[in-house]
Amino acid sequence: MSPARTRPATALRVRRRLGAFVFLTPGLAYLVVLLLVPLALVLSYVFFQRGRFGGVVYEYTTENFSRLMDPLYLRVLGESLQIAALTTVIALALGYPTAYLIARLPRKWKTVALVAIVLPFWTNFIIRMYAWIILLNGPGLINSALKSLGLGPFDLLYNQGAIVTGLVYSYLPLMVLPLYAAIEKLDPQLREASANLGASGFTTFRKVTLPLTVPGVLTGCLFVFVPSFGNFVIPEMLGGGKSVMVGNLIRTEFLKARDWPFGSALALALVAVLVVLLLAQAWAARRA
Amino acid sequence: MSRFRFTRRLPAVVAVAGLALAVAACGGESSSAGSAPKAEADQLNPNADLTKQSISVTVWDGYTPKELPEKVKAKLKVQDLKIALHATNEEAMTKLTAGGDSGIDVAFVSGQYAQALNEQGLLEPIHPELIPNLSNLYPEATQLSYDKGNKYSVPYTWGTTGICYRSDLVKAEPKSWNDILNPPSWADKKVTMMTTERWLALPALKALGYSVNTDKDDEIAKAKELLLKAKPHLLGYDDTTFGDKLTSGEAIMVEAWDGWCPTTNDKQNIKFVVPKEGSDLWVDTMVIMKSSKNKEAAHAFINYILDPEIHSWAAENINYKVPNKAAMERVNPPKGSLLGIKPAELLNGESIIDLGQASTKYTRLSTEVAAQ
Repeated sequence: MSPARTRPATALRVRRRLGAFVFLTPGLAYLVVLLLVPLALVLSYVFFQRGRFGGVVYEYTTENFSRLMDPLYLRVLGESLQIAALTTVIALALGYPTAYLIARLPRKWKTVALVAIVLPFWTNFIIRMYAWIILLNGPGLINSALKSLGLGPFDLLYNQGAIVTGLVYSYLPLMVLPLYAAIEKLDPQLREASANLGASGFTTFRKVTLPLTVPGVLTGCLFVFVPSFGNFVIPEMLGGGKSVMVGNLIRTEFLKARDWPFGSALALALVAVLVVLLLAQAWAARRA
Repeated sequence: MSRFRFTRRLPAVVAVAGLALAVAACGGESSSAGSAPKAEADQLNPNADLTKQSISVTVWDGYTPKELPEKVKAKLKVQDLKIALHATNEEAMTKLTAGGDSGIDVAFVSGQYAQALNEQGLLEPIHPELIPNLSNLYPEATQLSYDKGNKYSVPYTWGTTGICYRSDLVKAEPKSWNDILNPPSWADKKVTMMTTERWLALPALKALGYSVNTDKDDEIAKAKELLLKAKPHLLGYDDTTFGDKLTSGEAIMVEAWDGWCPTTNDKQNIKFVVPKEGSDLWVDTMVIMKSSKNKEAAHAFINYILDPEIHSWAAENINYKVPNKAAMERVNPPKGSLLGIKPAELLNGESIIDLGQASTKYTRLSTEVAAQ
């Protein structure tokens, strides 16, 4: 190998590195400033005591961790997991067929359908939640309609069912979009081959389509689970404050109770659960 | 009906996430709830040249007239008046206690927070000789238990908590906190209580005959029992939209602050009652920060607010009673208005005071009640 050949290679490598540096810096800076630094702050707060006006008093304590083990908070964590899991399952059950049908629409109609899926995001979230209140409450639209049929009234609002309804409604698009992307890029020849070999439509779905879209399913589930798990607005508005999720607890500790260290401990517990889920998703996606 | 309570007591529903807050205030505040190092009064010059001073005020959004800066500049000849906004007392506290000079001269906070700030030595004592308009206040307004004699705070608005109800839908007028804690069958699932911890506990504590400021574990435990028993009979916990629930008929009795009970809506016979067991007295106050470099202008500002013409704005526009006799006499309360509650009646209420570390007991209580 002559030195004349290595030199351009080195120069190229340097150029590439420089290019990578230039392009990565904004993204990395964003992550460092808005993710790592706050996370480090939260982590450090956990070991100190509560200040009277919020903030922390720099006296070391592990009490915030032992408080996490209190059955009261464990139950809230467990209930949040349950609600988020139920939301994810329902969103998947509704989202998969939707994404499947959109993927098989003619090209023109695909765009229309996708825009329709994203359309609710154009309206303010709080307004959409108020719309649900008006639909579900005692004198609301659904109960009045049922009443004219001689049914009800039912307690549709201010319970866990209302929370799950609100969560599914809010995050369903986040399930449909990754599923659509996964189903859309499936080679139709695979399905044709399966049919040619005598598989029924259902068998083709079960043996070909579903296994190949598992990564999309996992991504969609994660996209729905994560914001559902930490949500605090929907439990307050549609749950009537009668059940608490971990997001409500964190918000209360920071904004009302002025107990930042314990709020941080709860936030870390939430992050820990999500990290475990992300790892599980990555592992499952690689095996799929 | 004003919505300002919303911005006062609760962060906006889409409030800043906890993480963002954590970044905002890296400076911790060391606490010393027991001892109360009250600050010494500064020497102030009554003839100070206000044109060299400018005032920064932090206040709840919509709590003072929009044109206040122009009016103050014209009247007091100060260099400038800057208005900063806070959504909650907690947010104001973060701003004022983050360490160093907050740059704020005058802060609007609730009484118990003024008390806590004073105990930390962060407030300049009020110099009454610089605020001649203090004489406009009701005599009762100097007897507020967190600050008798207005030594470090000047009250801006005051009121109480009670039961707001649809007189056309209830079968009997509520008289006691037990009417919402243990609602009769015709009100089952048509009652709401507040969720903010001290107000969540209030009906139960008062029904049991305890102080709203109790820090005794057994009393709080008994209150919790009562609250848990009430929970299955409630429509929900709400301290932002209970007025709407009442108007729509979803709820027929709600725990409410007087300023938020829509009694002036003549279509719907909505009424307000302070239960016989008693209630609280809440006060929003003005305080001057020890760190202020414009203390003469700050006093002049408070004096200007106490001017009947300015102070009556709050009663007329946000429907809150003001503790200013001369200002209240200017106001023509609309039919059904609660502005007529007498200062002496208000003073029967117990002021909620800051409990220092014991306040975590109330946080736990509200979490326990909500999580059951």
